[in-house]
Amino acid sequence: MKIKGKVIKYGDNIDTDVIIPARYLNTSDPKELAQHCMVDLDPTFVKRVQQGDIMVAGANFGCGSSREHAPIAIKASRIACVIAKSFARIFYRNSINTGLPIIEYDGDIDEADVLEVDFSLGIIKNLTKGKEGSFPPFPEFLQNIINKGGLLGALKEGV
Amino acid sequence: MAMTMTQKILAAHCGKDEVKKGQLIMADLDLALGNDVTSPVAIKEFEKAKLSKVFDNKKIALVMDHFTPNKDIKSAEQVKIVREFANKYDIKNFYDVGEMGVEHALLPEKGLVVSGDLVIGADSHTCTYGALGAFSTGVGSTDLAAGMAYGKAWFKVPAAIKFNLYGELKKYVSGKDVILHIIGLIGVDGALYKSMEFVGEGVKSLSMDDRFTICNMAIEAGAKNGIFPVDEKTLEYVKAHSDRRPRIFEADEDAEYDLVIDINLSQIEPTVAFPHLPSNTRTFDQIGDIEIDQVVIGSCTNGRYSDFEIAANILKGKKVKKGVRVLIIPSTQKIYLDILKSGMIEDFIEAGCVVSTPTCGPCLGGHMGILAKGERCVATTNRNFVGRMGHPESQVYLASPAVAAASAIAGKITSPYEII
Ligand code: SF4
Repeated sequence: MKIKGKVIKYGDNIDTDVIIPARYLNTSDPKELAQHCMVDLDPTFVKRVQQGDIMVAGANFGCGSSREHAPIAIKASRIACVIAKSFARIFYRNSINTGLPIIEYDGDIDEADVLEVDFSLGIIKNLTKGKEGSFPPFPEFLQNIINKGGLLGALKEGV
Repeated sequence: MAMTMTQKILAAHCGKDEVKKGQLIMADLDLALGNDVTSPVAIKEFEKAKLSKVFDNKKIALVMDHFTPNKDIKSAEQVKIVREFANKYDIKNFYDVGEMGVEHALLPEKGLVVSGDLVIGADSHTCTYGALGAFSTGVGSTDLAAGMAYGKAWFKVPAAIKFNLYGELKKYVSGKDVILHIIGLIGVDGALYKSMEFVGEGVKSLSMDDRFTICNMAIEAGAKNGIFPVDEKTLEYVKAHSDRRPRIFEADEDAEYDLVIDINLSQIEPTVAFPHLPSNTRTFDQIGDIEIDQVVIGSCTNGRYSDFEIAANILKGKKVKKGVRVLIIPSTQKIYLDILKSGMIEDFIEAGCVVSTPTCGPCLGGHMGILAKGERCVATTNRNFVGRMGHPESQVYLASPAVAAASAIAGKITSPYEII
Protein backbone atom coordinates (compact mmCIF):
# COMPACT_ATOMS: atom_id res chain seq x y z
CA MET A 1 0.00 0.00 0.00
CA LYS A 2 1.24 3.47 -0.96
CA ILE A 3 -0.12 6.87 0.02
CA LYS A 4 0.76 10.48 -0.72
CA GLY A 5 -0.36 13.44 1.36
CA LYS A 6 0.33 16.80 2.95
CA VAL A 7 1.64 17.08 6.51
CA ILE A 8 -0.19 18.54 9.50
CA LYS A 9 2.32 18.68 12.32
CA TYR A 10 2.06 18.66 16.15
CA GLY A 11 4.48 18.26 19.09
CA ASP A 12 5.18 15.71 21.85
CA ASN A 13 2.74 14.04 24.26
CA ILE A 14 -0.42 14.62 22.27
CA ASP A 15 -2.89 12.96 24.65
CA THR A 16 -6.27 11.40 23.95
CA ASP A 17 -8.01 14.31 25.68
CA VAL A 18 -6.55 16.65 23.11
CA ILE A 19 -7.38 14.34 20.22
CA ILE A 20 -11.01 14.07 21.30
CA PRO A 21 -12.08 15.86 24.51
CA ALA A 22 -14.15 13.87 27.02
CA ARG A 23 -17.13 16.20 26.62
CA TYR A 24 -17.72 14.77 23.13
CA LEU A 25 -17.64 11.14 24.22
CA ASN A 26 -21.40 10.89 24.54
CA THR A 27 -21.38 9.69 20.96
CA SER A 28 -19.38 7.08 19.14
CA ASP A 29 -20.46 8.21 15.67
CA PRO A 30 -17.18 8.68 13.73
CA LYS A 31 -18.46 11.63 11.67
CA GLU A 32 -19.58 13.51 14.75
CA LEU A 33 -16.30 12.76 16.55
CA ALA A 34 -14.36 14.06 13.54
CA GLN A 35 -16.08 17.42 13.94
CA HIS A 36 -14.32 17.90 17.28
CA CYS A 37 -10.97 16.27 16.54
CA MET A 38 -7.97 18.24 17.97
CA VAL A 39 -10.26 21.16 18.77
CA ASP A 40 -8.68 22.16 22.11
CA LEU A 41 -5.18 22.30 20.65
CA ASP A 42 -5.87 23.39 17.08
CA PRO A 43 -9.36 24.68 16.27
CA THR A 44 -8.32 25.13 12.62
CA PHE A 45 -7.66 21.40 12.14
CA VAL A 46 -11.23 20.41 11.36
CA LYS A 47 -11.56 23.13 8.71
CA ARG A 48 -8.24 22.64 6.96
CA VAL A 49 -7.79 18.86 7.02
CA GLN A 50 -8.03 17.34 3.54
CA GLN A 51 -8.69 13.80 2.41
CA GLY A 52 -5.40 11.89 2.66
CA ASP A 53 -3.43 14.35 4.82
CA ILE A 54 -0.73 12.90 7.06
CA MET A 55 -0.54 13.76 10.77
CA VAL A 56 3.02 14.01 12.09
CA ALA A 57 3.93 14.32 15.80
CA GLY A 58 6.67 13.85 18.39
CA ALA A 59 7.07 11.34 21.22
CA ASN A 60 4.35 9.48 23.17
CA PHE A 61 1.47 10.19 20.80
CA GLY A 62 -1.92 9.09 22.15
CA CYS A 63 -1.00 8.92 25.82
CA GLY A 64 -3.75 9.05 28.45
CA SER A 65 -6.97 7.09 28.50
CA SER A 66 -7.72 3.94 26.51
CA ARG A 67 -10.63 5.58 24.65
CA GLU A 68 -10.94 4.24 21.13
CA HIS A 69 -12.74 7.39 20.14
CA ALA A 70 -9.28 8.97 19.59
CA PRO A 71 -8.06 6.92 16.60
CA ILE A 72 -11.66 6.78 15.34
CA ALA A 73 -11.84 10.59 15.29
CA ILE A 74 -8.52 10.91 13.46
CA LYS A 75 -9.47 8.30 10.90
CA ALA A 76 -12.87 9.87 10.32
CA SER A 77 -11.09 13.21 9.75
CA ARG A 78 -9.77 11.46 6.61
CA ILE A 79 -6.17 11.44 7.85
CA ALA A 80 -4.38 8.72 5.87
CA CYS A 81 -1.77 7.91 8.47
CA VAL A 82 -0.10 9.17 11.67
CA ILE A 83 3.68 9.36 11.89
CA ALA A 84 5.20 9.90 15.36
CA LYS A 85 8.48 9.35 17.17
CA SER A 86 6.67 6.95 19.52
CA PHE A 87 3.15 5.93 20.51
CA ALA A 88 1.54 5.09 23.85
CA ARG A 89 0.87 1.34 24.06
CA ILE A 90 -2.94 1.20 24.12
CA PHE A 91 -3.26 3.92 21.43
CA TYR A 92 -0.96 1.84 19.24
CA ARG A 93 -3.24 -1.20 19.62
CA ASN A 94 -6.41 0.79 19.20
CA SER A 95 -5.12 2.41 15.99
CA ILE A 96 -4.34 -0.87 14.38
CA ASN A 97 -7.58 -2.40 15.60
CA THR A 98 -9.67 0.43 14.21
CA GLY A 99 -7.72 0.51 10.95
CA LEU A 100 -5.74 3.73 11.36
CA PRO A 101 -2.25 3.29 9.86
CA ILE A 102 0.50 4.52 12.20
CA ILE A 103 4.28 4.65 11.79
CA GLU A 104 7.06 5.09 14.31
CA TYR A 105 9.54 7.37 12.57
CA ASP A 106 11.75 10.27 13.53
CA GLY A 107 12.76 12.26 10.45
CA ASP A 108 13.07 15.75 9.04
CA ILE A 109 9.44 16.67 8.37
CA ASP A 110 7.77 20.09 8.56
CA GLU A 111 4.24 21.41 8.36
CA ALA A 112 2.84 21.27 4.83
CA ASP A 113 5.61 19.03 3.43
CA VAL A 114 4.31 16.46 0.98
CA LEU A 115 5.17 12.85 1.85
CA GLU A 116 4.91 9.60 -0.01
CA VAL A 117 4.68 6.53 2.21
CA ASP A 118 5.21 3.01 0.95
CA PHE A 119 3.92 0.65 3.66
CA SER A 120 5.12 -2.56 2.07
CA LEU A 121 8.69 -1.37 1.56
CA GLY A 122 8.76 0.76 4.72
CA ILE A 123 9.90 3.93 2.95
CA ILE A 124 8.93 7.55 3.59
CA LYS A 125 9.83 10.03 0.86
CA ASN A 126 9.68 13.72 1.71
CA LEU A 127 8.91 15.04 -1.77
CA THR A 128 9.13 18.68 -0.64
CA LYS A 129 12.59 18.28 0.87
CA GLY A 130 13.79 15.62 -1.52
CA LYS A 131 14.77 13.34 1.40
CA GLU A 132 14.04 9.71 2.08
CA GLY A 133 13.95 7.55 5.21
CA SER A 134 12.90 4.07 6.20
CA PHE A 135 10.82 2.44 8.91
CA PRO A 136 10.43 -1.23 9.72
CA PRO A 137 7.49 -2.43 7.62
CA PHE A 138 4.49 -3.85 9.47
CA PRO A 139 4.54 -7.59 9.66
CA GLU A 140 2.16 -9.11 7.20
CA PHE A 141 -0.64 -9.81 9.60
CA LEU A 142 -0.76 -6.32 11.08
CA GLN A 143 -0.75 -4.91 7.59
CA ASN A 144 -3.58 -7.26 6.81
CA ILE A 145 -5.57 -5.94 9.79
CA ILE A 146 -5.12 -2.38 8.55
CA ASN A 147 -5.98 -3.32 4.96
CA LYS A 148 -9.17 -4.99 6.12
CA GLY A 149 -10.22 -1.81 7.90
CA GLY A 150 -9.45 -3.06 11.41
CA LEU A 151 -9.30 -6.12 13.65
CA LEU A 152 -12.92 -7.22 13.28
CA GLY A 153 -12.78 -7.03 9.50
CA ALA A 154 -9.57 -9.03 9.40
CA LEU A 155 -10.75 -11.71 11.80
CA LYS A 156 -13.95 -12.09 9.82
CA GLU A 157 -11.85 -13.26 6.92
CA GLY A 158 -9.62 -15.32 9.18
CA VAL A 159 -6.16 -13.99 9.96
CA MET B 1 15.94 -20.03 22.15
CA ALA B 2 15.44 -19.48 25.87
CA MET B 3 12.16 -17.82 26.88
CA THR B 4 10.76 -15.94 29.87
CA MET B 5 7.65 -17.27 31.64
CA THR B 6 5.45 -14.77 29.80
CA GLN B 7 6.94 -15.70 26.45
CA LYS B 8 6.27 -19.39 27.11
CA ILE B 9 2.60 -18.75 27.83
CA LEU B 10 2.29 -16.64 24.69
CA ALA B 11 4.02 -19.30 22.56
CA ALA B 12 1.69 -21.99 23.89
CA HIS B 13 -1.33 -19.89 22.94
CA CYS B 14 -0.34 -19.27 19.35
CA GLY B 15 0.73 -22.79 18.49
CA LYS B 16 4.43 -21.99 18.24
CA ASP B 17 7.41 -23.68 19.84
CA GLU B 18 9.02 -20.37 20.53
CA VAL B 19 8.43 -16.65 20.33
CA LYS B 20 10.92 -13.79 20.55
CA LYS B 21 10.62 -10.35 22.03
CA GLY B 22 9.18 -7.90 19.51
CA GLN B 23 7.46 -10.64 17.50
CA LEU B 24 3.80 -10.08 16.65
CA ILE B 25 1.47 -12.97 17.24
CA MET B 26 -2.23 -13.79 17.13
CA ALA B 27 -3.05 -15.76 20.26
CA ASP B 28 -6.01 -17.78 21.55
CA LEU B 29 -7.77 -16.47 24.63
CA ASP B 30 -8.92 -18.36 27.68
CA LEU B 31 -11.00 -15.42 28.85
CA ALA B 32 -12.10 -11.96 27.67
CA LEU B 33 -13.22 -9.47 30.30
CA GLY B 34 -15.19 -6.25 30.15
CA ASN B 35 -16.79 -3.93 32.70
CA ASP B 36 -19.71 -1.51 32.74
CA VAL B 37 -17.61 1.30 31.19
CA THR B 38 -15.77 -0.55 28.41
CA SER B 39 -18.24 -3.30 27.44
CA PRO B 40 -20.92 -1.00 26.00
CA VAL B 41 -18.36 0.37 23.50
CA ALA B 42 -17.24 -3.16 22.63
CA ILE B 43 -20.83 -4.30 22.20
CA LYS B 44 -21.44 -1.43 19.77
CA GLU B 45 -18.39 -2.52 17.75
CA PHE B 46 -19.62 -6.11 17.88
CA GLU B 47 -23.00 -5.09 16.52
CA LYS B 48 -21.60 -2.66 13.97
CA ALA B 49 -19.51 -5.51 12.52
CA LYS B 50 -22.77 -7.51 12.24
CA LEU B 51 -21.37 -10.31 14.34
CA SER B 52 -23.95 -12.76 15.51
CA LYS B 53 -22.19 -15.15 17.80
CA VAL B 54 -19.66 -15.25 20.59
CA PHE B 55 -16.72 -17.66 20.46
CA ASP B 56 -17.58 -19.29 23.78
CA ASN B 57 -20.27 -18.10 26.17
CA LYS B 58 -18.32 -19.52 29.11
CA LYS B 59 -15.09 -17.66 28.33
CA ILE B 60 -16.44 -14.13 28.52
CA ALA B 61 -16.77 -12.25 31.79
CA LEU B 62 -18.80 -9.05 32.00
CA VAL B 63 -18.60 -7.45 35.43
CA MET B 64 -20.69 -4.43 36.38
CA ASP B 65 -18.54 -2.74 38.98
CA HIS B 66 -17.49 0.84 38.23
CA PHE B 67 -20.75 2.72 38.72
CA THR B 68 -22.86 0.00 40.28
CA PRO B 69 -25.27 -0.12 41.99
CA ASN B 70 -25.94 2.47 39.31
CA LYS B 71 -25.35 6.00 40.43
CA ASP B 72 -27.35 7.81 37.73
CA ILE B 73 -29.45 7.37 34.62
CA LYS B 74 -26.49 7.36 32.24
CA SER B 75 -24.69 4.58 34.05
CA ALA B 76 -27.94 2.62 34.34
CA GLU B 77 -28.36 2.83 30.56
CA GLN B 78 -24.80 1.57 30.03
CA VAL B 79 -25.39 -1.45 32.24
CA LYS B 80 -28.67 -2.11 30.47
CA ILE B 81 -26.82 -2.46 27.15
CA VAL B 82 -24.52 -5.05 28.70
CA ARG B 83 -27.34 -6.88 30.47
CA GLU B 84 -29.28 -7.24 27.22
CA PHE B 85 -26.18 -8.45 25.38
CA ALA B 86 -25.47 -10.98 28.12
CA ASN B 87 -29.02 -12.29 27.94
CA LYS B 88 -29.03 -12.47 24.16
CA TYR B 89 -25.80 -14.46 23.96
CA ASP B 90 -26.33 -16.38 27.18
CA ILE B 91 -23.05 -15.12 28.69
CA LYS B 92 -22.47 -17.39 31.67
CA ASN B 93 -20.21 -15.03 33.58
CA PHE B 94 -22.27 -11.88 33.61
CA TYR B 95 -22.10 -10.35 37.07
CA ASP B 96 -24.74 -7.81 37.98
CA VAL B 97 -25.67 -6.30 41.34
CA GLY B 98 -26.11 -9.05 43.90
CA GLU B 99 -23.37 -11.24 42.44
CA MET B 100 -20.84 -8.75 41.23
CA GLY B 101 -17.62 -7.60 42.79
CA VAL B 102 -14.67 -5.52 41.67
CA GLU B 103 -13.66 -7.42 38.54
CA HIS B 104 -10.05 -8.26 39.37
CA ALA B 105 -10.94 -9.57 42.80
CA LEU B 106 -13.96 -11.43 41.46
CA LEU B 107 -12.45 -13.41 38.57
CA PRO B 108 -9.82 -15.35 40.55
CA GLU B 109 -12.33 -15.95 43.36
CA LYS B 110 -14.84 -17.41 40.88
CA GLY B 111 -12.11 -19.64 39.49
CA LEU B 112 -12.35 -18.05 36.04
CA VAL B 113 -8.58 -17.68 35.74
CA VAL B 114 -6.07 -20.45 36.43
CA SER B 115 -2.31 -20.76 36.01
CA GLY B 116 -1.13 -20.74 32.41
CA ASP B 117 -4.20 -18.90 31.07
CA LEU B 118 -4.09 -16.07 28.58
CA VAL B 119 -6.56 -13.34 29.51
CA ILE B 120 -7.39 -9.93 28.05
CA GLY B 121 -9.57 -7.34 29.69
CA ALA B 122 -10.80 -3.96 28.58
CA ASP B 123 -9.49 -2.55 31.83
CA SER B 124 -5.90 -1.65 32.54
CA HIS B 125 -5.67 -3.58 35.84
CA THR B 126 -6.34 -6.89 34.11
CA CYS B 127 -2.66 -7.56 34.83
CA THR B 128 -3.73 -8.70 38.35
CA TYR B 129 -4.03 -12.38 37.37
CA GLY B 130 -0.30 -12.69 36.83
CA ALA B 131 -0.32 -13.64 40.50
CA LEU B 132 -1.75 -17.00 39.42
CA GLY B 133 0.99 -17.57 36.86
CA ALA B 134 -1.28 -16.48 33.99
CA PHE B 135 -0.58 -13.93 31.26
CA SER B 136 -3.13 -11.15 31.48
CA THR B 137 -3.16 -7.61 30.17
CA GLY B 138 -5.35 -4.57 29.52
CA VAL B 139 -6.60 -3.75 26.02
CA GLY B 140 -9.11 -1.50 24.20
CA SER B 141 -12.77 -2.05 23.40
CA THR B 142 -12.27 -3.35 19.84
CA ASP B 143 -9.88 -5.94 21.25
CA LEU B 144 -12.66 -6.98 23.59
CA ALA B 145 -15.22 -7.12 20.77
CA ALA B 146 -12.87 -9.28 18.69
CA GLY B 147 -12.03 -11.37 21.73
CA MET B 148 -15.71 -12.04 22.40
CA ALA B 149 -16.40 -12.93 18.76
CA TYR B 150 -13.30 -14.90 17.81
CA GLY B 151 -11.47 -15.73 21.02
CA LYS B 152 -8.31 -14.14 19.69
CA ALA B 153 -6.07 -11.14 20.31
CA TRP B 154 -2.82 -9.94 18.83
CA PHE B 155 0.26 -9.19 20.90
CA LYS B 156 3.75 -7.91 20.53
CA VAL B 157 5.86 -10.35 22.53
CA PRO B 158 7.34 -8.33 25.42
CA ALA B 159 10.87 -8.21 26.79
CA ALA B 160 11.10 -8.59 30.57
CA ILE B 161 12.56 -7.26 33.78
CA LYS B 162 13.37 -9.84 36.45
CA PHE B 163 12.75 -8.94 40.09
CA ASN B 164 14.67 -11.27 42.30
CA LEU B 165 12.93 -11.29 45.69
CA TYR B 166 14.65 -12.55 48.83
CA GLY B 167 14.16 -12.27 52.57
CA GLU B 168 10.78 -11.98 54.30
CA LEU B 169 8.42 -9.10 54.97
CA LYS B 170 8.17 -7.64 58.46
CA LYS B 171 4.89 -7.50 60.33
CA TYR B 172 2.57 -4.81 58.91
CA VAL B 173 4.50 -4.67 55.66
CA SER B 174 2.58 -6.21 52.75
CA GLY B 175 2.47 -6.69 49.00
CA LYS B 176 1.29 -3.09 48.64
CA ASP B 177 4.49 -1.79 50.20
CA VAL B 178 6.53 -4.07 47.94
CA ILE B 179 4.96 -2.81 44.73
CA LEU B 180 4.99 0.84 45.84
CA HIS B 181 8.66 0.43 46.71
CA ILE B 182 9.37 -1.04 43.27
CA ILE B 183 7.43 1.66 41.38
CA GLY B 184 9.28 4.28 43.41
CA LEU B 185 12.50 2.63 42.32
CA ILE B 186 11.86 2.28 38.57
CA GLY B 187 9.27 5.01 37.89
CA VAL B 188 5.86 5.05 36.20
CA ASP B 189 7.35 4.08 32.84
CA GLY B 190 10.16 1.94 34.25
CA ALA B 191 8.72 -1.21 32.73
CA LEU B 192 7.04 0.27 29.63
CA TYR B 193 5.90 -2.49 27.21
CA LYS B 194 7.68 -5.08 29.35
CA SER B 195 6.82 -8.00 31.61
CA MET B 196 7.68 -7.76 35.28
CA GLU B 197 8.64 -11.28 36.35
CA PHE B 198 8.86 -11.79 40.11
CA VAL B 199 11.07 -14.69 41.13
CA GLY B 200 13.44 -15.80 43.88
CA GLU B 201 13.25 -17.49 47.26
CA GLY B 202 11.32 -14.55 48.71
CA VAL B 203 8.26 -15.46 46.63
CA LYS B 204 7.23 -18.37 48.80
CA SER B 205 6.69 -16.14 51.83
CA LEU B 206 4.24 -13.91 49.95
CA SER B 207 0.55 -14.77 50.30
CA MET B 208 -1.65 -15.01 47.21
CA ASP B 209 -3.27 -11.74 48.23
CA ASP B 210 0.17 -10.08 48.35
CA ARG B 211 0.87 -11.40 44.86
CA PHE B 212 -2.47 -10.14 43.50
CA THR B 213 -1.71 -6.68 44.88
CA ILE B 214 1.79 -6.66 43.39
CA CYS B 215 0.65 -7.76 39.91
CA ASN B 216 -2.34 -5.39 40.05
CA MET B 217 -0.02 -2.39 40.09
CA ALA B 218 2.41 -3.62 37.40
CA ILE B 219 0.57 -1.29 35.00
CA GLU B 220 1.51 1.62 37.27
CA ALA B 221 5.10 1.00 36.20
CA GLY B 222 3.95 0.97 32.56
CA ALA B 223 4.28 -2.81 32.29
CA LYS B 224 2.33 -4.99 29.93
CA ASN B 225 2.00 -7.66 32.60
CA GLY B 226 3.32 -8.80 35.95
CA ILE B 227 3.77 -12.49 36.71
CA PHE B 228 4.70 -14.88 39.52
CA PRO B 229 5.91 -18.45 39.18
CA VAL B 230 3.45 -21.18 40.14
CA ASP B 231 4.18 -22.77 43.51
CA GLU B 232 2.27 -24.78 46.12
CA LYS B 233 0.35 -21.73 47.31
CA THR B 234 -0.81 -20.99 43.77
CA LEU B 235 -1.91 -24.56 43.18
CA GLU B 236 -3.76 -24.65 46.47
CA TYR B 237 -5.56 -21.43 45.59
CA VAL B 238 -6.50 -22.66 42.12
CA LYS B 239 -7.75 -25.97 43.49
CA ALA B 240 -9.89 -24.24 46.08
CA HIS B 241 -11.50 -21.94 43.52
CA SER B 242 -11.67 -23.73 40.18
CA ASP B 243 -12.42 -27.05 38.58
CA ARG B 244 -10.08 -26.25 35.73
CA ARG B 245 -6.59 -27.70 35.55
CA PRO B 246 -3.73 -25.23 35.94
CA ARG B 247 -0.91 -25.27 33.38
CA ILE B 248 2.52 -24.58 34.73
CA PHE B 249 5.05 -22.63 32.69
CA GLU B 250 8.55 -21.83 33.90
CA ALA B 251 11.07 -19.37 32.59
CA ASP B 252 14.17 -20.97 31.08
CA GLU B 253 17.23 -20.58 33.26
CA ASP B 254 19.05 -18.72 30.52
CA ALA B 255 16.08 -16.56 29.52
CA GLU B 256 17.06 -13.06 28.49
CA TYR B 257 16.08 -10.09 30.70
CA ASP B 258 16.56 -6.42 29.92
CA LEU B 259 17.30 -5.83 33.59
CA VAL B 260 17.60 -7.83 36.82
CA ILE B 261 16.73 -6.07 40.09
CA ASP B 262 17.29 -7.60 43.53
CA ILE B 263 14.70 -6.76 46.18
CA ASN B 264 15.35 -7.56 49.84
CA LEU B 265 11.86 -7.99 51.28
CA SER B 266 13.05 -7.73 54.87
CA GLN B 267 14.24 -4.17 54.27
CA ILE B 268 10.97 -2.84 52.89
CA GLU B 269 9.21 -0.37 55.18
CA PRO B 270 5.58 0.79 55.15
CA THR B 271 5.50 2.97 52.02
CA VAL B 272 3.15 5.74 50.89
CA ALA B 273 2.82 7.19 47.36
CA PHE B 274 2.24 10.93 47.51
CA PRO B 275 0.17 12.87 44.98
CA HIS B 276 0.09 12.76 41.99
CA LEU B 277 2.05 9.73 40.85
CA PRO B 278 2.30 6.17 42.19
CA SER B 279 6.08 6.52 41.85
CA ASN B 280 6.20 9.46 44.26
CA THR B 281 6.89 7.20 47.22
CA ARG B 282 8.09 7.94 50.75
CA THR B 283 8.72 5.98 53.90
CA PHE B 284 7.75 7.29 57.34
CA ASP B 285 11.10 8.91 58.07
CA GLN B 286 10.23 11.33 55.23
CA ILE B 287 6.54 11.90 55.87
CA GLY B 288 5.88 14.28 58.79
CA ASP B 289 2.39 15.45 59.82
CA ILE B 290 -0.18 15.23 57.06
CA GLU B 291 -3.75 15.55 58.23
CA ILE B 292 -6.43 13.68 56.31
CA ASP B 293 -10.16 13.92 55.66
CA GLN B 294 -10.94 10.46 54.35
CA VAL B 295 -9.70 6.88 54.31
CA VAL B 296 -10.73 4.28 51.73
CA ILE B 297 -9.98 0.59 52.22
CA GLY B 298 -11.04 -1.41 49.17
CA SER B 299 -10.55 -1.68 45.36
CA CYS B 300 -9.03 -4.36 43.14
CA THR B 301 -5.68 -3.65 44.81
CA ASN B 302 -6.54 -4.14 48.49
CA GLY B 303 -10.15 -5.12 49.14
CA ARG B 304 -9.67 -8.79 49.97
CA TYR B 305 -10.31 -10.69 53.20
CA SER B 306 -6.75 -10.48 54.46
CA ASP B 307 -6.70 -6.72 53.85
CA PHE B 308 -9.70 -6.24 56.14
CA GLU B 309 -8.24 -8.63 58.68
CA ILE B 310 -5.19 -6.39 58.98
CA ALA B 311 -7.34 -3.26 59.17
CA ALA B 312 -9.76 -4.75 61.70
CA ASN B 313 -6.86 -5.84 63.86
CA ILE B 314 -5.73 -2.26 64.12
CA LEU B 315 -9.18 -0.65 64.40
CA LYS B 316 -10.87 -3.10 66.77
CA GLY B 317 -11.78 -1.47 70.07
CA LYS B 318 -10.54 1.93 68.90
CA LYS B 319 -12.27 4.96 67.43
CA VAL B 320 -11.74 6.65 64.12
CA LYS B 321 -10.46 10.22 64.61
CA LYS B 322 -13.37 12.68 64.68
CA GLY B 323 -13.73 14.43 61.34
CA VAL B 324 -12.23 11.58 59.31
CA ARG B 325 -14.59 9.60 57.07
CA VAL B 326 -13.59 5.97 56.74
CA LEU B 327 -15.02 3.79 53.97
CA ILE B 328 -14.67 0.02 54.06
CA ILE B 329 -15.51 -1.53 50.68
CA PRO B 330 -15.13 -5.30 50.40
CA SER B 331 -14.34 -6.18 46.78
CA THR B 332 -16.78 -9.06 46.34
CA GLN B 333 -20.01 -10.40 47.83
CA LYS B 334 -18.10 -13.37 49.22
CA ILE B 335 -15.57 -11.17 50.96
CA TYR B 336 -18.45 -9.07 52.30
CA LEU B 337 -20.11 -12.18 53.72
CA ASP B 338 -16.87 -13.53 55.14
CA ILE B 339 -16.04 -10.32 57.00
CA LEU B 340 -19.64 -10.20 58.20
CA LYS B 341 -19.43 -13.73 59.61
CA SER B 342 -16.06 -13.09 61.18
CA GLY B 343 -17.47 -10.16 63.14
CA MET B 344 -15.17 -7.63 61.47
CA ILE B 345 -18.04 -5.54 60.20
CA GLU B 346 -19.08 -4.93 63.79
CA ASP B 347 -15.54 -3.91 64.64
CA PHE B 348 -15.49 -1.47 61.75
CA ILE B 349 -18.88 0.05 62.52
CA GLU B 350 -18.14 0.38 66.21
CA ALA B 351 -14.89 2.14 65.34
CA GLY B 352 -16.89 4.65 63.28
CA CYS B 353 -16.36 3.38 59.71
CA VAL B 354 -19.02 2.89 57.03
CA VAL B 355 -19.20 -0.45 55.24
CA SER B 356 -20.37 -0.49 51.62
CA THR B 357 -21.55 -3.05 49.13
CA PRO B 358 -18.82 -3.99 46.58
CA THR B 359 -18.11 -1.27 44.00
CA CYS B 360 -15.17 0.54 42.38
CA GLY B 361 -16.89 3.71 43.59
CA PRO B 362 -14.39 6.23 44.94
CA CYS B 363 -11.31 4.56 43.39
CA LEU B 364 -11.97 6.29 40.06
CA GLY B 365 -13.91 9.21 41.49
CA GLY B 366 -17.10 7.54 40.32
CA HIS B 367 -19.40 7.70 43.34
CA MET B 368 -19.42 6.94 47.10
CA GLY B 369 -16.83 9.09 48.79
CA ILE B 370 -15.84 11.76 46.28
CA LEU B 371 -13.36 14.32 47.60
CA ALA B 372 -14.01 18.08 47.80
CA LYS B 373 -11.47 20.73 46.87
CA GLY B 374 -8.35 20.58 49.01
CA GLU B 375 -9.28 17.34 50.79
CA ARG B 376 -6.79 14.56 51.45
CA CYS B 377 -7.45 10.84 51.40
CA VAL B 378 -5.36 7.82 52.31
CA ALA B 379 -6.50 5.02 49.99
CA THR B 380 -5.53 1.41 49.46
CA THR B 381 -6.31 1.90 45.75
CA ASN B 382 -3.77 2.10 42.92
CA ARG B 383 -3.86 5.54 41.29
CA ASN B 384 -3.36 9.00 42.73
CA PHE B 385 -3.48 11.07 39.52
CA VAL B 386 -4.85 14.61 39.54
CA GLY B 387 -8.58 14.47 40.27
CA ARG B 388 -8.67 10.67 40.47
CA MET B 389 -10.99 10.63 43.49
CA GLY B 390 -12.85 13.87 42.95
CA HIS B 391 -11.91 17.54 42.80
CA PRO B 392 -8.76 18.31 40.74
CA GLU B 393 -7.31 19.97 43.84
CA SER B 394 -7.93 17.02 46.13
CA GLN B 395 -5.11 14.63 47.03
CA VAL B 396 -4.84 10.85 47.18
CA TYR B 397 -2.10 9.07 49.16
CA LEU B 398 -1.69 5.41 48.24
CA ALA B 399 -0.88 3.01 51.07
CA SER B 400 -1.44 -0.46 52.53
CA PRO B 401 -4.49 -1.40 54.62
CA ALA B 402 -2.30 -1.27 57.76
CA VAL B 403 -1.23 2.33 57.07
CA ALA B 404 -4.79 3.27 56.09
CA ALA B 405 -6.24 1.87 59.34
CA ALA B 406 -3.56 3.49 61.50
CA SER B 407 -4.15 6.80 59.71
CA ALA B 408 -7.91 6.52 60.32
CA ILE B 409 -7.30 6.42 64.06
CA ALA B 410 -4.70 9.17 64.16
CA GLY B 411 -6.36 11.49 61.62
CA LYS B 412 -3.06 11.91 59.84
CA ILE B 413 -0.84 9.67 57.74
CA THR B 414 0.50 7.24 60.30
CA SER B 415 2.67 4.17 60.46
CA PRO B 416 0.97 1.07 61.92
CA TYR B 417 3.93 0.71 64.30
CA GLU B 418 2.89 3.94 66.01
CA ILE B 419 -0.61 2.71 66.79
CA ILE B 420 0.13 -0.81 67.94
S1 SF4 C 1 -11.16 -0.71 41.78
FE1 SF4 C 1 -10.33 1.07 40.74
S2 SF4 C 1 -8.55 0.37 39.61
FE2 SF4 C 1 -9.74 -1.44 40.21
S3 SF4 C 1 -11.05 -1.89 38.46
FE3 SF4 C 1 -12.21 -0.56 39.83
S4 SF4 C 1 -11.80 1.53 39.12
FE4 SF4 C 1 -10.26 0.21 38.19
